[in-house]
Amino acid sequence: MEFDALLLSRLQFAFTIGFHIIFPAFTIGLASFLAVLEGLWLKTKKPVYRNLYLFWVKIFALSFGMGVVSGVVMSYQLGTNWSVFSAQVGSVIGPLFAYEVLTAFFLEASFLGIMLFGWKRVGPKLHFFATCMVAIGTLMSAFWILAANSWMQTPHGFAFANDGTMVATDFVQVIFNPSMPIRFVHMVLAAYLTTAMVVAGASAFTLLTKKAVAESGTALRMGVLMMAIVAPLQIAAGHESGKVAHEYQPAKVAAMEGWWETRTQQPTLLFGWPDEQAETTHAAIGIPGMGSWFVAGDVNAELEGLKAFPKEDRPPVWLTFWAFRIMVAMGLAMVALGVWGAVVWALKRIDRATLYHRALVLAAPSGFVAVLAGWISAEVGRQPYVVYGVLRTVDAVSPVAAGAVATSLLFFIIVYAIVFSAGALYILRLMAKGPETEERAPEDASEPPGSPLATGVASASAKEG
Amino acid sequence: MFGVELSMIWAVLIALAVFLYVALDGFDLGVGILFPFAKDSRERDHMQAAIAPVWDGNETWLVLGGGGLFAAFPKAYAALMPALYMPITLMLLALIFRGVAFEFRHHGRKTGKKWWTVAFSGGSIAAAASQGLVLGGFIQGVNVVDGGFVGGPLDWLTPFSLLVAASLVAGYALLGAAWLVFKTEGELFERARSWVKRLAILSALGMAGVSLATLSVDPRVTERWGITMTSIDWPTFAALAPLPIVAGALVFLLWRDADLRRHSQPYLYSVALFLVGYVGLAVSLWPYIVPFQMTPAEAAAADNALALMLWGAIPMLPVILGYTAYVYWLFRAKVTDEAAYH
Repeated sequence: MEFDALLLSRLQFAFTIGFHIIFPAFTIGLASFLAVLEGLWLKTKKPVYRNLYLFWVKIFALSFGMGVVSGVVMSYQLGTNWSVFSAQVGSVIGPLFAYEVLTAFFLEASFLGIMLFGWKRVGPKLHFFATCMVAIGTLMSAFWILAANSWMQTPHGFAFANDGTMVATDFVQVIFNPSMPIRFVHMVLAAYLTTAMVVAGASAFTLLTKKAVAESGTALRMGVLMMAIVAPLQIAAGHESGKVAHEYQPAKVAAMEGWWETRTQQPTLLFGWPDEQAETTHAAIGIPGMGSWFVAGDVNAELEGLKAFPKEDRPPVWLTFWAFRIMVAMGLAMVALGVWGAVVWALKRIDRATLYHRALVLAAPSGFVAVLAGWISAEVGRQPYVVYGVLRTVDAVSPVAAGAVATSLLFFIIVYAIVFSAGALYILRLMAKGPETEERAPEDASEPPGSPLATGVASASAKEG
Repeated sequence: MFGVELSMIWAVLIALAVFLYVALDGFDLGVGILFPFAKDSRERDHMQAAIAPVWDGNETWLVLGGGGLFAAFPKAYAALMPALYMPITLMLLALIFRGVAFEFRHHGRKTGKKWWTVAFSGGSIAAAASQGLVLGGFIQGVNVVDGGFVGGPLDWLTPFSLLVAASLVAGYALLGAAWLVFKTEGELFERARSWVKRLAILSALGMAGVSLATLSVDPRVTERWGITMTSIDWPTFAALAPLPIVAGALVFLLWRDADLRRHSQPYLYSVALFLVGYVGLAVSLWPYIVPFQMTPAEAAAADNALALMLWGAIPMLPVILGYTAYVYWLFRAKVTDEAAYH
């Protein structure tokens, strides 16, 4: 494979957006979690909610900051690396990005200042309002970005203008394109689950180390409750999303499932090794008919395999197939952990279920893995198109030199590795310490949540040289 | 709509967003640029506290600038971004470092804090400089054929773009120093005052240098101002002469009010100085959105896209400006000594 500007640009986009997506996936859920915690604190005045809020807001501040800076990159990369795409579709999905900035980014960024630094400066109700605005902002942002991304999967409501660029004929159809509603639901549930897994995992860890038992026990229950309700819902949402994908992107579904032949009783493969050269899936172990039943509701439904599509219209199969399997495996594990949690909760043993706590610690990153794997299977499955069926990825790239893209990719990798390692270190350090029973509110802007004084870390006196 | 071309309305709105970005993020980048000149770690904590609650909102104007250019003028976005690939990428990387440093600086222990202090400062300087390179590369024009960039990867790197970069670093530092005059007291206030005085002179020299150099980037600019290095066409120049005169007066007022220990005027005069420079630039480049290649009408998205966005912007921009102003008002107090940690 030749490392030309196209391949390098694809790698760079995949790398930067893959890095970016894990932060919104976490902060969408965390912002809502914080709004719930603060609402409970205002209503019940139980210090446990206040302590939990002040603890998780520190982790939110760190994650949100990384999400912001990696997100700014995205708004420029469409132009630097995908200028032909930008010029082609700007009139159709450009307004969606504009609406995202106008309705979400400013809302989040402005009220974040009050959320992080205003605890002592504004009244409790206004502070709660600020938290809610940030939470709403994250959801609005998800709405617009999923609308734009879903339009690239299932483009509707557009036509070609005289100059060859695309124009919208109906913006309602552009925004609410066929896959948008279910993909938005699927993404928001994924974000909520990701947060639930992290909250439950971190709380289980502090329970195992016998720290802040009241706070950790409460947060654990909230995480488990979310998991038990949302994980099964997510399976159903994913199933619906798969049906829509099959209707509009059958080649993608065939790649996800590892189907080559068009036949009735398509199987659901548990394992297999797709081989694009031989046009088959080696060592396939599956349940016959289950695939047809899942997708079409009938074991005898005849569904298209990859051979029904010309080779140049097929997505990379191996990656789509395996990413999909990893996502589903994570989802099933979350359902199982939710059920397990409900059982120990019902038996009143949830605070002492050591084995369950260990399993939760292990599963803490499962949401991130599922989000990344799901995103890979959705976006790789969209190939070889950038706008499905309309614009090929190969025709969308900028006229830039391969050397320039290679250089920028190298620097993105280095910078993200540094920033990610440091951010992960600081977040894990906070999580290992756990919430305080006397969590202090930050006094002023010079003392952001998580600063040494606010967290009471002994290194407060540490000065740079 | 309203008897004006939609593309012109959007050109004005995006120009406004970019100016707000410069006036707002300019001061928080400037504070980072001034980090190496602070006395000690505690003073740096004060400096960062003066911008911490608002920097994220400030940077959002940059996203509106980039996203707005993509949405309203996709052809300009597609022509400019590949041409300015390297300085844009450098800017993004620099903004990552300084953005995370706000939080990371407080989480790092001894070496960590030292490292993120350097990252915050270095990132701020690099972000300002690369924005200068982008601006310089933009003003001197890009090589476009049939709407696509056809130049080389280093076309933006010229003595002119380097001059703009150096001037913009000085200008942002001026905004930062003036903001610190507004937000601090005591020893740091005195130090910031002396920074303002020196940076006012430096920024004035930078602006003058860039202005003169801009006259030579394209004959159309020379013609508009009526000035070359060796001749002045007085009737043409007289109409535009108020701009440099006002700029000179602002530099004087800025210097004097810093000298008189005034608190809020230096920042306002600095923003006014940037505004004059911005208007001067608009005069030079009018009517191009990609200098000397594309007008807003040629680069614009379809009318229905522009109209849809306008229906969003008309109610949302006043709301955004409203709550932004509220957050600024909420955090208007001086950064006090007891608030910083010891």
